[in-house]
This record gives sequence, C-alpha cells and structure tokens, in this order.
Amino acid sequence: MDFIDYYKVLGLDKNATQEDIKKAYRKLARKLHPDLNPNDKEAHKKFQQVNEANEVLSDPEKRKKYDQYGKDWQHAEQFEQARQSQQQGFGREPFSGDFDSSDFSDFFTSMFGNKGGSGFRQRQTKFRGEDYHAELKLNLTDVYKTHQQVLTVNNKNIRITIPAGVENGQQIKIKGHGGPGINGGPNGDLYISFHIINNTKLRRDGNDLHTTVDLDLYTAVLGGEIVIDTLDGKVKLNVKPETQNGIKIKLKGKGFPVYKKEGEFGDMVITFQIKIPTNLTDKQKELFEQLSKS
Amino acid sequence: MQTENMIVLDEFCSNHEVEISFIRSLEEYGLIETIIVNKTVCVRGNELSKLEQIVRLHQELNINPEGIDAINILLKRIESMQNEITALRNKLDFYQKDQ
Repeated sequence: MDFIDYYKVLGLDKNATQEDIKKAYRKLARKLHPDLNPNDKEAHKKFQQVNEANEVLSDPEKRKKYDQYGKDWQHAEQFEQARQSQQQGFGREPFSGDFDSSDFSDFFTSMFGNKGGSGFRQRQTKFRGEDYHAELKLNLTDVYKTHQQVLTVNNKNIRITIPAGVENGQQIKIKGHGGPGINGGPNGDLYISFHIINNTKLRRDGNDLHTTVDLDLYTAVLGGEIVIDTLDGKVKLNVKPETQNGIKIKLKGKGFPVYKKEGEFGDMVITFQIKIPTNLTDKQKELFEQLSKS
Repeated sequence: MQTENMIVLDEFCSNHEVEISFIRSLEEYGLIETIIVNKTVCVRGNELSKLEQIVRLHQELNINPEGIDAINILLKRIESMQNEITALRNKLDFYQKDQ
C-alpha cells in the first residue's frame, strides 16, 4: 500500500484553495468520466483516483488530517489516538458507519476508516460503478450459429446469447453486471471481448470464407465434379474445363453468417491450385510429348 | 402479442432527482423520445439506459443538453470507428497470414 499524493492526482499544490480543488476536480472528471471513456480501463482507474482525491481535499477536516500526517499516514491512527487520550482522557473517536469503501484505495480506507468521523457524508455524489472487462475465447465453429452460454463473473452466473457472425475482437455490453455503484449510483456494465480461434482450414475475411483447393491437372483441363467442405457441410462443385491455376470462384451464401442479420451469409471464395502430376510413367511422358507437339 | 416496457416519466424524474423540464429539453434536442400512454408521459424501456447515461452526465459533470447532444454524436462516431478498426485489424491479419 503506497502513499497517494492527492494534490498531484488533481494537479494542484498544497496551497490550493477550495475553488482550485473544485475546478481541477471538475476538469478531470469531465476528461475521465466512465460514460465518456467507454472501454478505457485506464481512464476508469484514474477517475476513481480523482474521485478519491476530491473526497479528501474538498472536505476541510479530511484535508487537514491528510495534510497533517502526509506520508506518515501509517501512524495517523496512533497519533490521533494519543492526541485524543491526552485531551479527553479516553479512547479515540469511534469510527462507525455503513459506507461501502470498496471503491477507494487501501490508502484511503487506512487513513479515513470505513467512515471518517469528520463529515464524510457531507457531500455524496452518486457514481456509476466500475465497468468490468472480460475476454471470451471461442472457436470459429462456435460462432457459426447463435448460441447461449453461461458465464461466471464474480461468482454470479450470467446467461448470454452469442449472436452468430461475431467478429474476432468484437465487444458486447451486458448492462448492470459491472462493479457496484458508489453512494447508491447504478452498477457498471460488463464488457465481453470475443477472441475467436480459427479451428478450421478456412480463412475468414469479414463474412466471407476463403479456402484453397488442390485440383488435379486432368480435372483442371477436362473439367469434372469435386466435393468441397463448407461449415454447412459438403457441397458438390462443377469444375469448368480449362480451369486456370490460381483462379477464384465464389460460392454464394456459403460463407459466414452476417452479424445480427438472420439468414444472411457471406460467400465462400475458392482458389484453385492445380497440382502437376509427378512420377510419370514412360507412357504418360510420351503422351505429354505428343500433346506438346500437337 | 408483443409487449413493451414503459417507464412513467414522473417516476423516473423523482427517482433520479431530475427536473421534468430537463427531460423536455432533451426531447427538443431529439436525444430521447417520450410517448403518452393512458394520459401519462412515459419513455420506452429500451431508452432507459441512454436516459440514465444522459442524467449522469448532467448531474455529475454539469453538462447541459447542448453538450450532451455533442457528446452523443462523438461517442457514436468513436463506436463506429472502433468497429471499423476491429474489422480492418482482422482484414490485415487475413492478408498477413496469406503471405
């Protein structure tokens, strides 16, 4: 647990007036507010710090205590206890209350307790809870169809629907499943990023799927029927005679589902790679020679 | 039969400690839409999250409806750019793997 320089957090010096503190807080809160920085963990963290700094510095009594003990905050309670005993002849001022301090740093709670005895509740702005971020790894074949999945976040089970066609790196928001709000503010949201692992031989480009198919020389020259694997099953394909190496053909609607557009699919793009026969027999070589002369 | 959740505006305002005139000004800027059901002004349930976000920006950051309107436009632009970045990143991966 480290000392936090609240003045530094707000970009102020120790002589700052209440007006300076208010101004600095407002400026930083506008810059770092979670609603203005969706999906920015760093901004959320800084916002909590700014909030905490403001809680201390905008309250004259807390500020006094903070200024008085400064870096010796670890001994603040002992000093306070000793001072109270001397003045009043009995124990320290009781620290009580029901403030949920989970959103403040350990430094803050250590110095001011669960509820400072000094007007902690003087000003209680409601703040939205922290947004949580999680990553969900799925196979490409998992997101070919819309399905439901149960996730456990902070010991709570959440059933989510994963729409078909979700992209790698795409994020969905689940409202209200983030951190608890501060001072009765609403809960944050849960953001889930999808990490899609390609467990197929196909390559995905948006809604299109790409594949390379080896074609024997004879089928390429004379044409014929071949069978292609798609995510939807096997498809028979007629190869035109005189098909060239590297030529691409499209199978309409045999690609990946379009996100949140039920029944719409991208295309499957097939690139033919013609395989030249090897280990030819003498007879075959002779036939090729005849062909080359014809 | 399809049903739709409606939130009574008066109740929303009293729960969120916000003036009804503020909601009216949001409506003027086209930020939200109210609907009258049985002579009561309501907002659609699916607009609640957006309305709560607007109220937070107003109460916590003292942003007026004009500012909220501008923020809303910029946030939508950011979201669309983020989606575009994701799509382009995936496209780049696709072509890099191809080489």
